[in-house]
Amino acid sequence: MAPADVARYQVSPETGKPLRPRPWWGRARFPRQPLARHLVLALLGAVVLYFVTSALSPYNNVLVGEIALYLIALAGLSLLTGTTGQISLGQGAFMAVGAYTVALLMTHTHMNFVLELLAAIGAAATLGLLVGISATRLKGPYLAGATLLLALALPPIADKWSTTFGGDQGLTTIVPTAPGGINPEEWLAWIELAGALITLVLLANLLTSRFGRSFRAVRDNEVAASLSGVHVARTKVTAFAVSAGCAGLAGAFLGLSTGVVSTGEFPLTLSIELLAAMVLAGAGSLFGMWWGAILLVYVPQWSTSVSGDFGLGAGTSAYLATIIFGVVLIVVMIAAPSGIQGGLRWLWEHVSKQWSISRDERAAPRHATHFPPSAADHQPNLVHDPLNE
Amino acid sequence: MKEKNQSSRRRWVAGISAGTMVGTLGIGVMAPAASAQAPGVTATSITIGATVPLTGPAAPGYDEIAPAMDAVFNWVNDHGGVYGRKIKYIYLDDQYNPAETATLTRKLVLQDDIFADVGSLGTPTQAAVQAFLNSEQVPQLFIESGCNCWSNPKYPDSFGWQPPYTVEGKILGAYIASHFGGEKVGYLTQDDEFGQDFVKGLNMELAKPTVVSQQTYDAATLSGPLSNQVAALKAAGAQVVAMATIPAATALTMLPAASIGYFPQYVISNVGADSPTVGPLLEAYTKASHGTATQVKAAAALLNGVITDAYEPPESQVSNPWVKVETKLLKDYAPALYAKTGLDGNTEYGVALAYTFVQALQAAGKNLTRAGLISAIEKSGKSFVTPGFVPLSYSSTVHYGFQGAEVVKLTTTAPPSVTPTGSWLGGVNLTRVEVTNVGSGPVTTYTGDIALPPSSLVSTS
Repeated sequence: MAPADVARYQVSPETGKPLRPRPWWGRARFPRQPLARHLVLALLGAVVLYFVTSALSPYNNVLVGEIALYLIALAGLSLLTGTTGQISLGQGAFMAVGAYTVALLMTHTHMNFVLELLAAIGAAATLGLLVGISATRLKGPYLAGATLLLALALPPIADKWSTTFGGDQGLTTIVPTAPGGINPEEWLAWIELAGALITLVLLANLLTSRFGRSFRAVRDNEVAASLSGVHVARTKVTAFAVSAGCAGLAGAFLGLSTGVVSTGEFPLTLSIELLAAMVLAGAGSLFGMWWGAILLVYVPQWSTSVSGDFGLGAGTSAYLATIIFGVVLIVVMIAAPSGIQGGLRWLWEHVSKQWSISRDERAAPRHATHFPPSAADHQPNLVHDPLNE
Repeated sequence: MKEKNQSSRRRWVAGISAGTMVGTLGIGVMAPAASAQAPGVTATSITIGATVPLTGPAAPGYDEIAPAMDAVFNWVNDHGGVYGRKIKYIYLDDQYNPAETATLTRKLVLQDDIFADVGSLGTPTQAAVQAFLNSEQVPQLFIESGCNCWSNPKYPDSFGWQPPYTVEGKILGAYIASHFGGEKVGYLTQDDEFGQDFVKGLNMELAKPTVVSQQTYDAATLSGPLSNQVAALKAAGAQVVAMATIPAATALTMLPAASIGYFPQYVISNVGADSPTVGPLLEAYTKASHGTATQVKAAAALLNGVITDAYEPPESQVSNPWVKVETKLLKDYAPALYAKTGLDGNTEYGVALAYTFVQALQAAGKNLTRAGLISAIEKSGKSFVTPGFVPLSYSSTVHYGFQGAEVVKLTTTAPPSVTPTGSWLGGVNLTRVEVTNVGSGPVTTYTGDIALPPSSLVSTS
């Protein structure tokens, strides 16, 4: 805790009351227990998103839905790469597994929709588990290479057994019919946003738990982690499976959004774009993945309209999105090496520090913040909150 | 000089149909009511859209079609549009990726408010949005694919245009059966409806035992020579190789085959055998793999002797009245495109397809609605004047376009196709125009008339 923060919780030695006047909302406090805290945040998010989606046009709802699904895939990847330190170029392949699982179940059975989604997560996570077991032996570029292989090898499998998987043509998916009056684009966006919020809550909780600490310990130093009693291999495999499960759900949603699941939807570039977007957004952060997902979906949109405004040819505009994405990546990596979320956090900390120092100086003499030193000053920050990371 | 040009162009338009003229003259007097307009239609404009590959593996060649279509629309707009409405054509790059197609098509329909989706390309890509477009009742017109899936009572708003691949397969299969009887045949086809429908047609005409090997490739992951497939065909001893391939895949088959000394008789479906498209690809790929100047030059000559089919006059027949008209139109209304590609199979395809759509708009009349457009195509599609050898076969039950073609051989003895990129092999026809259908109908020689461009059209060139 920064000294400035300590001042907020200083108690007057005479009255026993806080030095800072109690704010108008009285005792209402943001819950500190992680699950409650994340649930409250998710509920607030859901309310905001409900109003946002209601105000948007059907097409923008399609895009919001896509943002939600990419967010899920990115959050999983952020956990794997940012938090656990394992690089993966196979996120697109796990998405394909989830998508095909849902499409196959929809074609051959009449299962409950939620069960189908859970099956997609399960199938992708199972594959992630298997890949993860072999991946524990690999590091850095070798791991990237192995996962790259997965992204390259899975689509041909779907082509090989094209009677089952529909080949290039693919399998069709059906979105459950919207309850009366809601337009289908909005309905699908809600489904995908709900999936994204639930995923974020679960992942945020996972990261504040023992698992989250193990993930970070393994990332920072495997030897030190294992000396502290962390089972390194098991931790890595867990991270892989969780990340793949997220990708499975994202893939299932992608299949629903497009109405069809085919090999062409999961090119190698998808996996690479996901990795780039994750780094750009801020590896290791969960909340920051919103930025990555928004960029993934909106950069092509903006570039199309920009090239339209400037009368660029269709050929140029086709490459413009890639160019913009590349330039943004370079600029962000130079300006904020920890990604957009990292940059924003740095900015916020700076601003809030200035702000609280000047306020606290007015509220209490400056030396009070340092003398007598509070126990909180030396409290190590054990509770690691990924939402604020 | 310029004025003379102007007036002759005006006559050209008049030649399309008397209906347009009446409509064009009528706009000042009776402007269509502003209220009950179909989406994308105003008193002065019609907005239509499409998704096509402009980048990615399927882009070479196919990226020319939409700009060529735009040339026709610009020409129409320059002459007052259709019933006073100018055509605005929005085409977006889907990279031949169905996920992109799905998003972009929703953008076109929900955001850009298009009246119809016209000239979108690809089987997997358009199959991905067929249900969506039909549920929104947006006409999905003249899909650039010969899949049998476009004529489906479940999807009344979808229409094909080019011959179904099964029809091509039957016509080419019948030719193989009668001219290469007894020789071993191998297949190399794209692993989707394009390839499967073509194979369906071939199998109807070829005796099973003659087919010794069936190879496929995946268009989405096509990135290098199809060496494995070629080796398998050679190992099976295939003397004739029947292919349903996109231009890039044709080139990526012929090069590795030549490098292992394998020179079968290629019989290639129309899309994969356009020599001004495939020729430059053969050269470019050879150059990319550090071929010498002589090797690069020899690469395009691999196309010599290739058998294919044509359903509109080959662009090498420069004296053909359609070819003349199409060349002039591209030169005047898409000069940048013409300077790059000239008239090749793709630009010719685009011009002919757009020309078909303009006639559909005319047939739909002044009070343009989506339902009206569909019923106009079903009712009068057969009488549209197009460069196709046979009339379009649209009716209330058939949504296929052309169902006939002639068998053509690319050869050095034919007059070459001269484009800005060079001089490419021209074709000579081996058979008369043959017609059949996607079902079990026989392959027979077409006896009807072959449409010529309206006389006023010809006089301009």
